[in-house]
Amino acid sequence: MAITRDNVLHVAKLARLELTETEIDRMQRDLDGILEYVNQLSELDTTDVPATTQVAVVAAPFRTDEPHRSLPHDLALSQAPRSSSDGFAVPAFVDEG
Amino acid sequence: MTDVLDLSIADLADQVQKGVLTARQVTEAALARVDQTRDLNALLYVARDAALAAADAVDAKRKAGAPLGKLSGVPIAIKDALCTTDAPTTCASKILTRVGEGNAGGTDPEHGFRPPYDATVVARLRAADAILIGKANMDEFAMGSSGENSAFGPSRNPWDKSRTAGGSSSGSAVAVAAGLALGSLGSDTGGSIRQPAALCGVVGVKPSYGRVSRYGLVAFASSLDQVGPFARDVKSAARLLEVISGRDPLDSTSAELPVGAYEAACSRDVKGLRIGIPQEYFGEGLDPAIEASVRAAIASLEQAGCTVKPVSLPHTKYGIATYYILATAEASSNLARFDGVRFGLRIETAKSDLTSLYGKTRNAGFGAEVKRRILLGTYVLSAGYYDAYYKKAQRVRTLIKRDFDRAFEAVDAIAVPTSPTSAFRFGEKVDNPLAMYLADVFTLPASLAGIAGLSVPCAPTPATSTQPILPVGLQLLGPAFAEELLFSLAAEVERRLGSVPRPPIS
Repeated sequence: MAITRDNVLHVAKLARLELTETEIDRMQRDLDGILEYVNQLSELDTTDVPATTQVAVVAAPFRTDEPHRSLPHDLALSQAPRSSSDGFAVPAFVDEG
Repeated sequence: MTDVLDLSIADLADQVQKGVLTARQVTEAALARVDQTRDLNALLYVARDAALAAADAVDAKRKAGAPLGKLSGVPIAIKDALCTTDAPTTCASKILTRVGEGNAGGTDPEHGFRPPYDATVVARLRAADAILIGKANMDEFAMGSSGENSAFGPSRNPWDKSRTAGGSSSGSAVAVAAGLALGSLGSDTGGSIRQPAALCGVVGVKPSYGRVSRYGLVAFASSLDQVGPFARDVKSAARLLEVISGRDPLDSTSAELPVGAYEAACSRDVKGLRIGIPQEYFGEGLDPAIEASVRAAIASLEQAGCTVKPVSLPHTKYGIATYYILATAEASSNLARFDGVRFGLRIETAKSDLTSLYGKTRNAGFGAEVKRRILLGTYVLSAGYYDAYYKKAQRVRTLIKRDFDRAFEAVDAIAVPTSPTSAFRFGEKVDNPLAMYLADVFTLPASLAGIAGLSVPCAPTPATSTQPILPVGLQLLGPAFAEELLFSLAAEVERRLGSVPRPPIS
């Protein structure tokens, strides 16, 4: 296989997915098959072909520089699984010791 | 009473405006049909109370003598990827279901995320006096071609309940095919409107990139996503597109271009239009019964005075590989926002640090296909692979786009099958991701090029000993912002072939 178990673990870590053992095996197999398929793109010589990053027909205009109301604080927090009075609650991630 | 649900959108809106029908009558009929067709699993959430209240408001407005909108009293279903303030929005994912009282989390769309704002397209439907009856089932985060990736069970095809409805906008297609709504909205990233429309026998439109605002659409692949309508007939779809289209200051990718007269275009003569037939869409893998039906539909355009000629789109076969690199790369970035902090599911213990909160929440909340695509997208963007995969695919995207640019120098529109097969059975492809991706072979190239596309029903495949008659879609493709032209052609096909019969409702 072109994709190793370590490759899967590496991208899972980058993607913040804690896969189970069974999932790691399954994903290794699936990704290997898909990457083998997409490798057909290497048949094409694209040396002088520019990349297409977006397909908009007209350029995105600038918005007017006017202040406007944003989402009220309590509404923004209303769907959070955990919040404190002034924001979203998360586990401590800075060592304060 | 149920026959009001067989009217076209224009006729129904007209009767509500004239007071022949009340919006409440229509809404009650639609809700009764919803109850009658629960086994199809078209809707994840029925907005019963909100729909009746909206209907009463429309009726009151009429009584007060105020002018009514173009969708007065028209029952509409909304793909659950579009934000609605009065109904939960889950993208058919456990990760957008709340952990609340009496709910362990992740099992019930009723406990889904409640958006603080409406998607622009939803707001435009409401402003046109439409009645939103509920949120339509879909493949989780619009990733899939059969509806089987919904965390809440797949929609069933009303023509044969042992078959899928296509996807990812499966519930939107089923809702219209089974008549619980006269129209619906879906989203199309690589075929998610056109393919289920074809498999369920309804009209589905993928507008040009930039035609419709995506504000409030949960993003999957931002260089491809477009919102578009489903309806039972071409003119009804045209009216819906007219209502939802146009520049929106809240979406900088929405184009500052005038909205076309799509409904009027449905009665325009198509004589003299040049239709291109690319051989690449008629080769191996195409079901012969589909080919026969599509060729008959093309012949009907020839009878209407169109010129049919061959064109070539030589990079068609690279569409799937290109799409599954670019779309997954964009998805891996877009779906980073689901982290258990601001909305939806959160899995943590007293000992959780931030990294394990993310990792556990995301692994518990996302289904297998979504994880697969996030991993693939992360891989093709990661150091050492970016050039070989992501950059390469962006270059091939240019080649695919150039194919269409060249073809449209010689023809006005292109006619092809929407899907290589009719509706397939549950389980047929679900364990083989590549086989599922191949179902989109005919819809992906147009998405990559950002052009306009539409699927209109043509003659269904005949019944055999193993299957009933099943719908077939003719896909019409035009240059970016050529939607009017596609509506003219699709309406001509519809007039000449007659509309597809309705599926049996039992």
